[in-house]
Amino acid sequence: MVMGDLVREVDVVVVGGGPGGYSAAFRCAELGLETVVVDADKRLGGVCLHEGCIPSKALLHVAAVIGEAERAKEFGVEFGAPRVALDPLRTWKTDRVIGKLARGLSSVAKAKGVDVVGGRGVFEDSRSVRVEGDEPQKLRFAHAIIAVGSAPAHLPGLAAESDRVMDSTGALEVRDVPARLLVIGGGYIGLELGQVYAALGSAVTVVEMTAGLLPGVDRDLVQPLARRCEKLFAAIHLGTKVGALRMLRASVEADLGGHGTHEFDRVLVAVGRRPRSEGLGLSATRVTVDARGVIVVNEQCRTDDPHIYAVGDVTGEPMLAHRAMRQGKVTAEAIAGRPVAYDNVVVPAVVFTDPEVAWCGLTEGEAARRGQSVKAAKFAWAASGRAATLGRADGLTRLLVDPESGRVLGAGIVGPGAGELIAEAALAVESALTVEDLAVTIHTHPTLSETLMEAAESLLH
Amino acid sequence: MPRPFTLPDLGEGLTEAEIRKVLVREGDVIREDAPLLEVETDKATVEIPSPMSGRIEKIHVRPDQTVKVGDVLVTFADAAAPAGKESPATLDPTRRLAPTPETVVDGGRARQVGAQATSAAAGSAAPSAPARGVAVGGPVPATPATRRLARELGVDLHTVRATGRGGRVTDDDVRAAAGAPTDARVAARAPGDAAERAAESAREPRAAARPLASVGMEPPPLPKFEQWGPIERQPLSHLRRTIADRMTLAATVIPHVTHFDRADITDLDAVIRRNLEAAREQGVTLTLTAFLLKAAALALKAHPQFNASLDAAAGELIVKHYVHLGVAVATERGLIVPALRDVDRKPLLAVARELGALAARVREGKATLDDLRGSTFTITNIGALGGTGAIPIINYPEVAILGVARAREEAVVRDGQIVPRLLLPLSLTFDHRVADGADGARFASDIVRRLERPEHLLLDL
Repeated sequence: MVMGDLVREVDVVVVGGGPGGYSAAFRCAELGLETVVVDADKRLGGVCLHEGCIPSKALLHVAAVIGEAERAKEFGVEFGAPRVALDPLRTWKTDRVIGKLARGLSSVAKAKGVDVVGGRGVFEDSRSVRVEGDEPQKLRFAHAIIAVGSAPAHLPGLAAESDRVMDSTGALEVRDVPARLLVIGGGYIGLELGQVYAALGSAVTVVEMTAGLLPGVDRDLVQPLARRCEKLFAAIHLGTKVGALRMLRASVEADLGGHGTHEFDRVLVAVGRRPRSEGLGLSATRVTVDARGVIVVNEQCRTDDPHIYAVGDVTGEPMLAHRAMRQGKVTAEAIAGRPVAYDNVVVPAVVFTDPEVAWCGLTEGEAARRGQSVKAAKFAWAASGRAATLGRADGLTRLLVDPESGRVLGAGIVGPGAGELIAEAALAVESALTVEDLAVTIHTHPTLSETLMEAAESLLH
Repeated sequence: MPRPFTLPDLGEGLTEAEIRKVLVREGDVIREDAPLLEVETDKATVEIPSPMSGRIEKIHVRPDQTVKVGDVLVTFADAAAPAGKESPATLDPTRRLAPTPETVVDGGRARQVGAQATSAAAGSAAPSAPARGVAVGGPVPATPATRRLARELGVDLHTVRATGRGGRVTDDDVRAAAGAPTDARVAARAPGDAAERAAESAREPRAAARPLASVGMEPPPLPKFEQWGPIERQPLSHLRRTIADRMTLAATVIPHVTHFDRADITDLDAVIRRNLEAAREQGVTLTLTAFLLKAAALALKAHPQFNASLDAAAGELIVKHYVHLGVAVATERGLIVPALRDVDRKPLLAVARELGALAARVREGKATLDDLRGSTFTITNIGALGGTGAIPIINYPEVAILGVARAREEAVVRDGQIVPRLLLPLSLTFDHRVADGADGARFASDIVRRLERPEHLLLDL
């Protein structure tokens, strides 16, 4: 008898151990369902914890400390030039941050009785998954949850055959600090990692195909970030396509469209992420996958196959861990027979650059596309006491409000801490609060959170 | 594409209506203009015809529910759509876990699921059936917890009346919409097949009791009646509430004064009796009320301050150059006052014919909104029910109302002789801000004089 012939019957199989997968699995277990997570690396946390959100934030914190130390000159405090030792930096990131969190997730899984199986999950039909790899076996399920996430997209013709060309995963390893780094893509990944490497000492060149950094984000929010990037980066080329990359012995030569040909020590390709819906054996099921590789789901995150659900990046944009986690919990409860739906109004988004950019709900661009009339309330941080004490008056807090009901429909914030501040705005939009609700709530003084209250007040008569 | 049909604008500032009856069932195929629903507004019970031919895919409302203009009433399936919701009735071992998603259709929220196929079609041969539960008007403003409560109670948020600030649906609104079983309502209905009605009422959640509109002084709190014996609480019907609100308004705002008189209608009665048969051949029932209408209309021409409304804010009397008379009609649901147009300009026979048709429409609940608005003066004839007189409350914003009791033969002294005469007791109640006692007396005696000379009514003299 071969191991692969063993059939194990379970209530729920979760394919993929990232934030969507482990959130779903934990909730399933809480609801009394026997749950198994199949993960290729036999780990929980997925890209988010191991090669995405968490390591990039750890490195951005390092960059922020370097930036703050630099700024301290303004207050008459000088630290001198930073000396960065990469080994302790990597150890801190990998062991103290990622390792600690991963161990935490493992112990939660153990406590909840969620079994994690190492291997690639491949569907054999609508009721069973074959595990290929370290722990081969066959799982027969009542329900399956696909939570395989996404992978960095690659540019055709720019294949990463050289280790000088990295994707975000490679860049987060910080094998070295290249003297000259080319970042292809001016989206959030490119800018976050570009700022990390710039802080560590690289001369960073960012090339973005569209006319502005952070495509899709309202321009008033991008502007303070763009100004900061102009100072940090060696060059920013907008509306530019990289023509070709030529591998030299110790460097890469890149044709930067109309901006000439330049040599770089490393290239980071950060042109978005693609759902990982291939190789899952979905053709053996009734799951529908669209042309972009996105798995089609309904309000309960159920696919067209009644036994199979999907959550997270594999179900399309916005590809954000916190969306996946919410979907995972909804799915678990739907499987348990509870009347739930993924009906969230907002998925807040944060770019963890310096300054941070965050938004939730309706954007000005979306309102304009829909022809929806909204009132905008802007509060410039130049008038914030807290921003002044931080030496950061370049921020902006902006609310978009329904002119009739006064309900907050969307919010955008740029400035240090925007990622934390957006939470209050997200609660306001999700709960259909009005500007009056925000304006009459006492906010601690002096804090940046007052900027939300001030913006709301500006719309009261 | 399913096509939602919303409550149309009812005109006259009406923003909501109460569903009385749903005249179709899900799956019915109906033609354009066929009766769809019966709704009761502040003014009338109106039949809402179907705007199109097609199959009813979903009914979003139920009897006794209050709906607002713009709320979705029913959804039509596309003409080409397959009939019925044939869910796969295959034995499915996962049934014990999987909820049916239909009760939680709340479209348009989750961006990534919009316009995607759905599990309702799962199990059918075609994997990409048209999406059910597409947007029916965007997200409903409510907190996430309230939305969860609505799912748990099986309430479609789109049909809930919102009382929160900024149009937010509250937990109480959801609970009110979910309602509670009742048997109190059975008593309020006309006697009929009691068993059937009881069964019906057990099925339908009742409308929630809401406080009446308050005018001026707040009434003091009620004592606990339970301390003196058993009680039961019965919610007011929509019409009852409307009557209550309007009577409170009129009685509170208008200083009422009443003038009594009697008309000798012996001759008029003879005219009616003599012509009863001839009129019937014309299809008209000759009634005293028709003559009362005519007499009042002609008298109003001579006393225009009673055919008016007081604009207290402007300090002006609005005198109307048209005479539309309201006629109080008792229906089994309560008092309704339809209006007869231009009574002063119509021959008596026409008035009698229109009166008959109007009263029939009102009693059958078929009156249109136009039937029920625009009256300038009201007559209420309670003669059929006996009594010797009554002081009605003015039909705000009119300024006077004529109450008529039962005519009786009485001994009258005429030229020194005691003769039997048929006397009709009248009461003219009017707004003392607009007219004084002498004006009222003159107006009332003008009506009396006209009733006593029936040929004048016939000749419009």
